[in-house]
Amino acid sequence: MATQTATAERPAERLTLGERVRMAGGLMPYWLVLPTILLILVIAVYPMIDSIRISLLDNPLLPAASLVGLSNYVHVLSDPVFQGATATTLIFTVISVALETIFGLGVALLINKTFPGRGLVRAAILVPWAFPTVVSAQMWLLMYNDQTGIITYSLQSLHLLAPGDTMIGSTNGVIIAALITDVWKTTPFMALLLLAGLQVIPAELYEAASVDGSTRWQRFWNITMPMLKNPLLIALLFRTLDAVRVFDLFYIFGARSVPSMASYADFHMFAGTPEDFAPGVASAVIVFILGIIISLIFVSMMRDVVREAA
Amino acid sequence: MAVQEQAMSSAAEKARERGLEAKRKWSAGEVGRYIAVALVVFIALAPLYWTFITSAKNGVEINASPPTLFPQSFDFSNYAQALTNSTFFLPTLRNSVIIAVITTALALLFGILCAYAIARLKFFGKPAALMVILSVNMFPFIAMVGPLFVLFTGPGPIYIYNTYAALVIPDLVLTLPLTVWFLTSFFRDLPPDLEEAARVDGASRLQALWHVIVPLTAPGVFAAAILSFIAVWNDFLFGLTLTADENAQPVTVGITRFNSEHVIAYGQLAAAAIIVTVPLVIMVLFLQRRIVAGLTAGAVKG
Repeated sequence: MATQTATAERPAERLTLGERVRMAGGLMPYWLVLPTILLILVIAVYPMIDSIRISLLDNPLLPAASLVGLSNYVHVLSDPVFQGATATTLIFTVISVALETIFGLGVALLINKTFPGRGLVRAAILVPWAFPTVVSAQMWLLMYNDQTGIITYSLQSLHLLAPGDTMIGSTNGVIIAALITDVWKTTPFMALLLLAGLQVIPAELYEAASVDGSTRWQRFWNITMPMLKNPLLIALLFRTLDAVRVFDLFYIFGARSVPSMASYADFHMFAGTPEDFAPGVASAVIVFILGIIISLIFVSMMRDVVREAA
Repeated sequence: MAVQEQAMSSAAEKARERGLEAKRKWSAGEVGRYIAVALVVFIALAPLYWTFITSAKNGVEINASPPTLFPQSFDFSNYAQALTNSTFFLPTLRNSVIIAVITTALALLFGILCAYAIARLKFFGKPAALMVILSVNMFPFIAMVGPLFVLFTGPGPIYIYNTYAALVIPDLVLTLPLTVWFLTSFFRDLPPDLEEAARVDGASRLQALWHVIVPLTAPGVFAAAILSFIAVWNDFLFGLTLTADENAQPVTVGITRFNSEHVIAYGQLAAAAIIVTVPLVIMVLFLQRRIVAGLTAGAVKG
């Protein structure tokens, strides 16, 4: 984040270099961009940095809070509930991103060809994407629970669940429930991103390859996948960062018993004692650090892609 | 005008494609494709169907085992009860509309100015500015709510906890990156001739923006507004942490309050979910082409 702030301030520093500014079209562009940049710095970047400060205090809700160093982090990292939440979040992230990529690619390949009714199909798969996640969770809850739920009923009939048990009665069940709901909701977004990537692959490539007698499978691995590498990496980065901060699904399905890292942070900040607030902020900062690590990994992978292209 | 011609030629192309497709005989591959497509559509819409039929079942049928796949009772009293009996659902619904409209209007105002500069003007630091704006979308918002809560409830000057402002301000972070990205791609696609003509006639850049560019890209601006509205409408985390009651709470938080009662009123919960999502379904059905165009604008152009 520090680097982001620094780069954001760079144009302001260069304002004093009159020549450069005049060459680039005067002050006008800066005035136009300023409100948005300022809002983002004040509303998003500042609280992010402030969260690090708050996570080092004993009780930030008191006017005379004192610094306690990293003890909130020690407290959180040694809490078995947080360790469980971390495992839950990482399992959820890896499996949901993998499934959404596979299904997203499948759906993208499916609707890449024009066919009558394609617009309606696109609209239908956009419907889950447009819903609030928390409302999607409630809708799936209507299918998971033991009173109105078709899924719990079906699982009980197949003897996969004991009578009286529900889909979301165990840790694994909650993770599976969250995975199903997330894959249902987010695969369309993945499919649309990959579809956009598929549509810029020149048709001549496929034509040339089929003239040379390649199979459909060979064409997929030798043309489609390499050409799709960049859109795929971008989509994977977005999805992974989104999955790591998963909140709504575990808030509804897991509640306090099976939290994700983000919902653990929320329960500590807002549903515990005042002493829990700072550890809650510390756990949110850990989510943030995890996001930065993931971004760095992806950015280094994308650098390789750029180098290969060059 | 150029846009219209484009639309007409692509419509003609489509008609041709349709004609060709009708002439061809159905191959095994096509049958397989349609079966797969049908399955995808079924999975996408099944939860919506289940929610709808649950909302239309009466108190007895809702608990029936096995659950009925088609409602026998067709009782819509759940809707009346969700709207009138619960003290929170209608006020939170109203809050969500007000917050989404205000935030969208502000995001459009700032977003149009910023997107115009990025799409049409040269300036130093443009890639950095764009990177800051877009990367914010990937922040873990959970790390924002603690400091914002302290700020909004604290002894300082910004005591706005549990007001519309407490949500409009952070919600701008959800919508501004989206709006800027979306509008930039639409502004870039517009040929510069028309704006230049207006400038030759003596219009300032801002006049050209408001009187030429915005009207010409109106469908894109409208789609940006819809996407922004959806993003604010869908917020749950800020609503949960920065408001306390019906005063400012959004409907996404309101809808979870059906769960926290002693007995979960599944019928009312289903009715509420339908009420919250129907506007979104309608928007998506009418605007899917533009939403898709905007969502994927950056993925390809990079």
